[in-house]
Amino acid sequence: MAAAVRARAPRNRLRSLFGEHPIGYLFAAPFVLFLIGIYAYPFFYAIYMSFFDYFFSAPGAEVVRPFVGLGNYARVLQDPLFHIAIRNVVIFLVINVPLTVGLSMVLATALNSAIRFRTFFRAAYYVPYITASVAAVGIWLWLFSGFGLVDKLLGPLAPNPSFLINALLAMPIIALYVTWKGLGFYILVYLAALQTIPKELYEASKVDGASPIQSFFAVTVPGLRPATLLVIVTAVITGANFFTEPYLLTGGGGPENQSVSPVFLIYRFGIEQNHPGYAAAIGILLAIGVLLISGINRFVLERP
Amino acid sequence: MMSSRHALLAAGVVLSLGLAACGGGSNAATGSTKGSIKIWYSNNAEEVKWGDAVVAAWNQSHSSEQVTAEQIPAGKSSEEVIGAAITAGTTPCLIFNTAPAAVSQFQKQGGLVSLSSFSDGNSFIEGRTGDRASQYKSPNGSYYQMPWKSNPVMIFYNKDIFTKASIDATNPPLKTYDQFLSTAQAVVSKGGAKAAIWPSPTSEFYQPWFDFYPLFIAQSKGKQLIENGEPQFNSADGLAVANFWKQLYTKNLAPKEAAQGDSFATGQSAMAIVGPWAIPVYTGKVKWGVAPVPTKDGMDASAIHTFSDEKSIGMYSSCKNQGTAWEFLKFAVSKDSDGKLLDLTGQMPMRSDLASAYPSYFSAHPDYKLFADQAARSVEVPNVPNSVEMWQDFRAAYSKSVIFGSQGVDQAFKDAAAQIKTLVKS
Repeated sequence: MAAAVRARAPRNRLRSLFGEHPIGYLFAAPFVLFLIGIYAYPFFYAIYMSFFDYFFSAPGAEVVRPFVGLGNYARVLQDPLFHIAIRNVVIFLVINVPLTVGLSMVLATALNSAIRFRTFFRAAYYVPYITASVAAVGIWLWLFSGFGLVDKLLGPLAPNPSFLINALLAMPIIALYVTWKGLGFYILVYLAALQTIPKELYEASKVDGASPIQSFFAVTVPGLRPATLLVIVTAVITGANFFTEPYLLTGGGGPENQSVSPVFLIYRFGIEQNHPGYAAAIGILLAIGVLLISGINRFVLERP
Repeated sequence: MMSSRHALLAAGVVLSLGLAACGGGSNAATGSTKGSIKIWYSNNAEEVKWGDAVVAAWNQSHSSEQVTAEQIPAGKSSEEVIGAAITAGTTPCLIFNTAPAAVSQFQKQGGLVSLSSFSDGNSFIEGRTGDRASQYKSPNGSYYQMPWKSNPVMIFYNKDIFTKASIDATNPPLKTYDQFLSTAQAVVSKGGAKAAIWPSPTSEFYQPWFDFYPLFIAQSKGKQLIENGEPQFNSADGLAVANFWKQLYTKNLAPKEAAQGDSFATGQSAMAIVGPWAIPVYTGKVKWGVAPVPTKDGMDASAIHTFSDEKSIGMYSSCKNQGTAWEFLKFAVSKDSDGKLLDLTGQMPMRSDLASAYPSYFSAHPDYKLFADQAARSVEVPNVPNSVEMWQDFRAAYSKSVIFGSQGVDQAFKDAAAQIKTLVKS
């Protein structure tokens, strides 16, 4: 009896540590390791770096990286470039998110109905999304540079300075570019969500005498609410992390740093200038900001 | 919510990963260790040819100290690739494409070997390069780079566009700022060029090396941006250069947007500011001529200094066989190897005896004579702490005041000088 109790004891301890089905840990382990290695470890290491005057060094090199406490955060918060970058994120989100949600919802609804060349249009909207950013930026440079097609078409109405070197227009152009490039993906999300709205609801609204527009607002928009939450949260997260556009489209955050983004500054300070502690502080502040905005979105949009 | 036992497990894994990442062997290599080594060289076709030839010549007579050569991995810039390789401990023994502006950063990272630590290090470098070698010394008095080859920057001009604009294409008026500006006006209004000159107006830290800096060096008779910790650009000479460029931008003779492709090779721009590496690129596409960079009141060509656009050779601390690396480095910059470099690439070896060492080359290639003459008076970027940050700050002030004109040049340069003075001292 006592021996049986002793034999059962380790099994109980295992069960208390790993639960009823320990094999579940085995199945989850690859993803958990991936998550830890690729996301969690760098994230926590970035927090650690942000409290030091950190720089990258050769393995085994004897270097001094003084602890600076919240010094990096204080400097970031006082840095005029960071202020511009945050302002740019706000401009970007104000233009990009409503346009993304509005256009992708309307276009998905149109593409869901029986129109001619539906497959062609679906593919056409998706092409920019799968095109390499460098190639897509090349096209926009050809369109919007001072010697570009749009300026030529506008003639005397073209802005001076032209779009990409205009302090007022550079950020809106970037926001429009990202909207255009990502639209195909969000249309797909909405197309999938549209299949879940019961057809009976449309029939009922028709019986009640609703016009197609009334039925769009009374049936489609509420039916797409969960998808809209996903689109908004995804658009905010990817939007707040924009980098390729100031890097390539506006020649390194130009004009006069007026299109820099927080991620572009992370690259400049962390990689080009080897001040990763300072860059990490920007990254952590950005992560906090995105979490806050996403939390607010969820709170507002998930309310019944 | 995560239970405490799960949190403990996660923390254990993270901690073990952290400890693993913190590890790393020390570099036990010494300056006399011999054996096989690896090197990286630039990936342009002419330098690849030179690299392959030099490595083959070495390997033929050094069976126990074989050299393996690879092109530097692709990246936005060589400096970023090398910086990342230092951190990862994957640098080869030698990199034949080390930018002097990045040396202070690589040195701080513990990535470079002091060449002065070799018994004949200083004497070899100074014997080959002469007085110019001092520009490549680090603030601690040691050499962490071997000055290798320069591309003294000059003004290339398109002879066809100049002729079309009725400007003497053999001896064009480009000596003074006034001459340069009226020539620039003519090539745009009559020569059919979109731009007189089109240096990249983008904000990368290295762009001043191809607009402001060569002209500043010439105007100031050979000064660096910073000397003895004091910014030199906030001076009458610096302001004269800045205001000259500002006129080119204001009069739309130099575009404020980056060109799509090489504006000079495609005939969009009548002039370019570049070194002799570009000759093979332009030959067959443009009928080009070359002139020294202008100065305010004009100077004799033999008195003009310019930016070197030099690349050095760095020995990296991950190298186990540093003895072989040092011997191979000396072999690669010997008179024979330098001659091959000149012959294959047209770039100027950093030798004090350049013109006299290769007389037959320069008589066969008269186009390169001017560059060789300029090479003797080439000036480097200052070797100071936070060099990249310093150039980025300068570029920001220059963009704001000269290219886009949203602030006065005097104030922008004054502010930048104060900022940079603090930066290079830290």
